[in-house]
Amino acid sequence: MGRYVIRRLLQMIPVFFGATLLIFLMVNVMGDPIAGLCGDRQCDPATAAQLEKEFGLDKPVWQQYLTYMGNVFTGDFGTAFNGQPVTELMASAFPVTIRLTIVAILFEIVIGISLGVVTGLKRGRPVDTTVLLLTLVVLSVPTFVTGLLVQLLLGVKWGWIKPAVSPEATFSELIVPGLVLASVSLAYVTRLTRTSIAENKRADYVRTAVAKGLPRHRVISRHLLRNSLIPVVTFIGADIGALMGGAIVTERIFNIHGVGYQLYQGIVRQNTQTVVGFVTILVLIFLLANLLVDLLYAVLDPRIRYA
Amino acid sequence: MPEPEPFEPLESYGEEGRAIASTGAGGASDLATAEAETLEQRPSVDAAEEAAGGPEGAGPDKKARSLWSDAWHDLRRNPVFIISGLIILFLVVISIWPSLIASGDPLDCDLSKAQEGSQPGHPFGFNGQGCDVYTRTVYGARTSVSVGVLATLGVAILGSILGGLAGFFGGAWDGFLSRITDVFFAIPVVLGGLVLLSVVTSSTVWPVIGFMVLLGWPQISRIARGSVITAKQHDYVQAARALGASNSRMMLRHITPNAVAPVIVVATIALGTYISLEATLSYLGVGLKPPTVSWGIDISSASPYIRNAPHMLLWPAGALAITVLAFIMLGDAVRDALDPKLR
Amino acid sequence: MLLEVRDLHVEFHTRDGVAKAVNGVNYSVDAGETLAVLGESGSGKSVTAQAVMGILDIPPGKISAGEILFQGQDLLKLKEEERRKVRGAKMAMIFQDALSSLNPVISVGDQLGEMFQVHKGMSRKDSKAKAIELMDRVRIPAAKERVGQYPHQFSGGMRQRIMIAMALALEPELIIADEPTTALDVTVQAQVMDLLAELQRELNMGLILITHDLGVVADVADKIAVMYAGRIVEQAPVHEIYKAPAHPYTRGLLDSIPRLDQKGQELYAIKGLPPNLLAIPPGCAFNPRCPMAQDVCRTDEPPLYDVTESPVPRASACHFWKECLHG
Repeated sequence: MGRYVIRRLLQMIPVFFGATLLIFLMVNVMGDPIAGLCGDRQCDPATAAQLEKEFGLDKPVWQQYLTYMGNVFTGDFGTAFNGQPVTELMASAFPVTIRLTIVAILFEIVIGISLGVVTGLKRGRPVDTTVLLLTLVVLSVPTFVTGLLVQLLLGVKWGWIKPAVSPEATFSELIVPGLVLASVSLAYVTRLTRTSIAENKRADYVRTAVAKGLPRHRVISRHLLRNSLIPVVTFIGADIGALMGGAIVTERIFNIHGVGYQLYQGIVRQNTQTVVGFVTILVLIFLLANLLVDLLYAVLDPRIRYA
Repeated sequence: MPEPEPFEPLESYGEEGRAIASTGAGGASDLATAEAETLEQRPSVDAAEEAAGGPEGAGPDKKARSLWSDAWHDLRRNPVFIISGLIILFLVVISIWPSLIASGDPLDCDLSKAQEGSQPGHPFGFNGQGCDVYTRTVYGARTSVSVGVLATLGVAILGSILGGLAGFFGGAWDGFLSRITDVFFAIPVVLGGLVLLSVVTSSTVWPVIGFMVLLGWPQISRIARGSVITAKQHDYVQAARALGASNSRMMLRHITPNAVAPVIVVATIALGTYISLEATLSYLGVGLKPPTVSWGIDISSASPYIRNAPHMLLWPAGALAITVLAFIMLGDAVRDALDPKLR
Repeated sequence: MLLEVRDLHVEFHTRDGVAKAVNGVNYSVDAGETLAVLGESGSGKSVTAQAVMGILDIPPGKISAGEILFQGQDLLKLKEEERRKVRGAKMAMIFQDALSSLNPVISVGDQLGEMFQVHKGMSRKDSKAKAIELMDRVRIPAAKERVGQYPHQFSGGMRQRIMIAMALALEPELIIADEPTTALDVTVQAQVMDLLAELQRELNMGLILITHDLGVVADVADKIAVMYAGRIVEQAPVHEIYKAPAHPYTRGLLDSIPRLDQKGQELYAIKGLPPNLLAIPPGCAFNPRCPMAQDVCRTDEPPLYDVTESPVPRASACHFWKECLHG
């Protein structure tokens, strides 16, 4: 078990540096980092050259990356386009997006898994077909269209929610945006659970459990569910990182000032420091979530624990 | 899939599990990835069939059919396959000859009619610039479908070559490639798209396709690697190796035909996702740009007016959703046909 | 009589049609008796057993006719909840592949103890003590230390012992063992089989042993039922069937056992393939493969003739059983 965790941790190191380097290169090579630094005005050549020197932009890219990473490890993420330190932006943006993600994950777990279990057990019945069709509809409509329509119907036409989320972004305000953010993954969790349940339902050990004379609910909850949820747990864990990164669209629709909003601003204003800083944290969260999944895996599956 | 492959060391279990790591592409591509999982595990099919407690050995003639002809036999009778196939056929036809069903010009607009609703000759109404929504929706198919098809082709070719070679030869190259795919999985797709495409000024479809191939190949690569490793373990491949078959012969004759099924399934489902992703990027302002006619552009340009003139958004969005749905259903049907475990 | 299966019919509704897996099976087992059910895969021997246990997948399976009398009571008329209480407590089943039949993510002790928790309402602690006791009983060394381990940590033989322990947990009256040793090494096979036979004697249980291995049968069975295409084609006491089979199919099975005294000769094999259950041949189902087949075999389905010649009854479903028995 210990060795398993250590190996996973070691594997994360190159991924962390690889991913941050990749995004660093993308931002630096493709964009013009100086352009963003002069605010909305055009930089004059002299200032530009001075700024380049000041930020070490005249050095080779790999040196810039190392310098940047060195700063990051001392907690210095640089400054955003408006002169605020990037860390301050993070402090205001991450709590919002984390709340949004928690709401989304809860939807995935509660609704996704329940629907998956029901449909998996009733494969081929009307309830299965109906839910399956619904998941297909959700999957085939892009999230931003779903979001716009939900906002139009619930927020504008029927007035059940406020169409835009206030700067405080409390949990209750985030329920609908969280559902929109979760929608695609929710449909996916349903399908994954369904497939997994339907497959494991025929497993030999389930037959054994029935032959032992266990009540149906015990066969399902103790024998079938635990095995079937292993792939689902993996997905949901990995989805944590993806949801936070993918919140750009949802945050834009509902005007939520979270990570996605800040990233969008950073990209539009070509502010390298903001973009790379936020993405670095996102990659870190993604990796930590994956580690969590690995640990959970080991808890759920003894074959991993004792490998 | 709680049972690991008998030949795979246990640690690969974690890797397999990670093959369904979310890509952040909006999820549906994750769908594609993991739904191919079941296909990779095919060697245990016989055991599973027996475990099903069904009629033991339903008859000799059943075994004789190959996987593909068996699947085709199934598909021909599957209404989901027929419907999605017909939709896709229709889309391809109107992508090539849009004038068959739309006589107008998508760029012929009359500002005085902006945002007007349905009227004779213009069933879908007009958009914000006063262009005919019906004509634009028909003409948009070409861009959306070609982005989807080309991106999928690129991803499938690049991903299966890299992944297939890694799975076949193993060793250091495999380890390196696995880490590279990990790196790509760690970057949310929409975010990568924003960063990469925000500086592109070209109005052709190529930057968008290039970006999709760049960030999409690891997904297929992982699937291809997994299925090649599985195929490699089949007894007859081992036998061929023992008989001294050359590497290239083994890859082409024995492994490729067996490893290609999961790739096809994932690629089909992913195709729908790419169409959807193009629209999302357009909504964020970094996808295709006018004067290109695409559903993504029309949906995003209609989005500010959704309260007053929802028809401008609903028609192209509906067309897009039906297209994506058709590809997902097609992939689903093919997967079910190729996966006897779920029968 | 402990268990009597009467005229049991089971069919499976598949996409390709109705597969008739069991077509009128009759057999019975008494306390302390061992019935061996013999046949190729597809003969319906496992399906019959699953019907008795009540673990058939319904649908696609369907019991279309028949009775299963257990201690005089028709199990098919019981409500599901009453039926469940019979399973595990009064009749238990041992499966072929212990690795896949045991839950991979639950410790062996918990899987054994579960029987006591569910059927006897015991506490977790007491049931764990019971689990250790059971593991001792099936001679798993260091039971106390291993009770918390998982199935993949045991060897094949040990896993099958755990399956046996699980079946014996509540000292049922009837045990159904579905190819209990097929997945094991030859050396381990004998140990596991001996253990099973010994415990059966000790507890005076009825045992239905499903197998395709005639070698296993000779040592432990009292009587044999040979199945083909969902029917019993021959039923007889074990020593008589070895001496003189009364059905050409049984003869074929016996002749295909390799024997040391026939070294150098070509091994006999029954020609042809088992029948397609979607289209069982008319007449005697075995006729396309039978060396003795006449025209009547292709048209008339043979009844199960009484062919008793000794005090113990025996039966054969062959029009030419006399020729077979004495030929």
